[in-house]
Amino acid sequence: MTKKKNRNQTSPGAKKSKWALVWIRFRKNKLAMVGLTVLVILLLAALLAPLYIDYSQATKQSIREAFEPPSSRHLFGTDQYGRDLFARIIYGGRISLFAGLVTMGIAFLCGITLGGSAGFFGGRTDTIIMRFCDVLMSVPGILLSMSIVAALGQGLIKMLIALSVSQIPRQARTARASVMTLRNQEFIEAARCCGTSNRRILFKHIIPNVLGPLIVGVMMGLGGTILQIASLGFLGIGIAPPTPEWGTIISENQNNLMYYPHLGIIPGVFIMIAVLSLNFVGDGLRDALDPKMKN
Amino acid sequence: MLKYTMKRMVLMIPVILGITFLVFLVLSIAPGDPALLVLGGQATAAEIEQKRQELGLDQPVVVQYVKYMLGVLRGDFGTSWFQGFDVMEEFSHRIPYTLSLGFLAMMAAIIIGIPTGVIAAVRHNGMTDYVVTFLSLLLSSAPAFWLGMMYQLFFALRLGVLPASGADSWKHFVLPALSLAGGNLASNSRVTRTWLLDVIRSDYVRTARAKGNKESTVILKHALRNSLLPVITQIGVSFSIVMGGSVVTETVYSFPGIGSYLINAVKTKDIPIVMACIIIIAVVVGIINLVVDLTYALVDPRVQLGDS
Repeated sequence: MTKKKNRNQTSPGAKKSKWALVWIRFRKNKLAMVGLTVLVILLLAALLAPLYIDYSQATKQSIREAFEPPSSRHLFGTDQYGRDLFARIIYGGRISLFAGLVTMGIAFLCGITLGGSAGFFGGRTDTIIMRFCDVLMSVPGILLSMSIVAALGQGLIKMLIALSVSQIPRQARTARASVMTLRNQEFIEAARCCGTSNRRILFKHIIPNVLGPLIVGVMMGLGGTILQIASLGFLGIGIAPPTPEWGTIISENQNNLMYYPHLGIIPGVFIMIAVLSLNFVGDGLRDALDPKMKN
Repeated sequence: MLKYTMKRMVLMIPVILGITFLVFLVLSIAPGDPALLVLGGQATAAEIEQKRQELGLDQPVVVQYVKYMLGVLRGDFGTSWFQGFDVMEEFSHRIPYTLSLGFLAMMAAIIIGIPTGVIAAVRHNGMTDYVVTFLSLLLSSAPAFWLGMMYQLFFALRLGVLPASGADSWKHFVLPALSLAGGNLASNSRVTRTWLLDVIRSDYVRTARAKGNKESTVILKHALRNSLLPVITQIGVSFSIVMGGSVVTETVYSFPGIGSYLINAVKTKDIPIVMACIIIIAVVVGIINLVVDLTYALVDPRVQLGDS
């Protein structure tokens, strides 16, 4: 009771933080809110999967149950080995979403470190780091990931490394560009005049101000990464079967497309929904962060 | 213009040396002895040692790399470790397929993408706009291989109007080119729409209308040309994506280009083939980026090449 009263007293006059304002603007964007809702549902469905469907359903083979049509027992039917497609998609989503998040997390941290120091220190540091990024970006990302997979071999962690390496240069470029626009602004100069150390300027003044564009970059990259994970899985160089993963599920059902098209269509629709929602959230976040730059 | 082109060509060299060295290094330090992989588990120590010498694996990585690159300069991309044939020979059959597929996909993305973007912008907030925007969003969120399979399912298996795989006639190129174009087509359309909308609101477009020009002249002659620069940037970016995507699309359609070939090389760790693919694609992407930058100057006379 008293708590509620207090909040009511403080909120109207209180200065709202930057992120609270971003959230208010974000909430007004219908598509972005739809995207966010779908994403939360997908994430919860994936995280809580063990509570409502057993993992063995996704991997246990029983030929007698092969190609069962969708029913209440098997929501999306079963594949050629009698495995439940719904369970495979849900558990596959755990891997795809998790791998996407980890990849972008690594790319974000490395990108902000590399791009941030390139933009902040300039000079030779900048040249070396950015030329290195140019080199990494001279071949399409998926080819770079593929050559790294060729070197390291298959496996979840190896795939995460391969995907992050191809994402880092893009994140580094975004970070560098944002840091450079900030570097010469007056409040940074003022901080420097006060004798603030480089480290404090970087962590107190610059990083909080470049987080916005970087997070938008990460959201946009996440959709692309999920597509790449699926592609690697489809090509048979991603996560090794029988572990379910969205791309591998589609490639497993490729040969049964003629008579059981739903086996190939449904997993693809899931990938599409996940990526579409991520793009909506990314777009919404970009508009909310920078209301001047609509579209 | 010529000076700028030459300068850019020279600047491409360190980038290509960098990426090839990086990939070469990663492939060399990776666990697993390639000689053992090539010979199989039954090989004796002496056989492995001989194979290592044959493949040049007994030398330091840098020496191996320099030797390899000197060969590449002479047009010798080495010999496939597992299949034993000349990589360049095999590639000379496959490159035309990949390049023509990529070219067709780019063309489809431009020919369909830009006009749909223009229509969506002209009918801003109308039904057409919503349909185009919705479709392009769907198209850019769908995985390319899945899109390819859906085309196969619909056009080849159900309707039977186009072949599902192979590359024997022009018909075989239609579906792969369309699936490869997918995401880029959507981006072209969206970028065209966004920038055209931006330009349509500007004063000189209003002036052009006030002069009594036909609406089509206003849009196509005055507005579109000025909104093309970002579209060209987008097209440049998309070429790199098309080259990467061809690997996936070629696999879906069993298309005999370098992409489907690369996949097998990656699976078997056939390093000469992986290296050759990386070099060829890096060169092609570099040249296309240069062409894109040169096109800027053609489209927009204000762009001065050479000043950074």
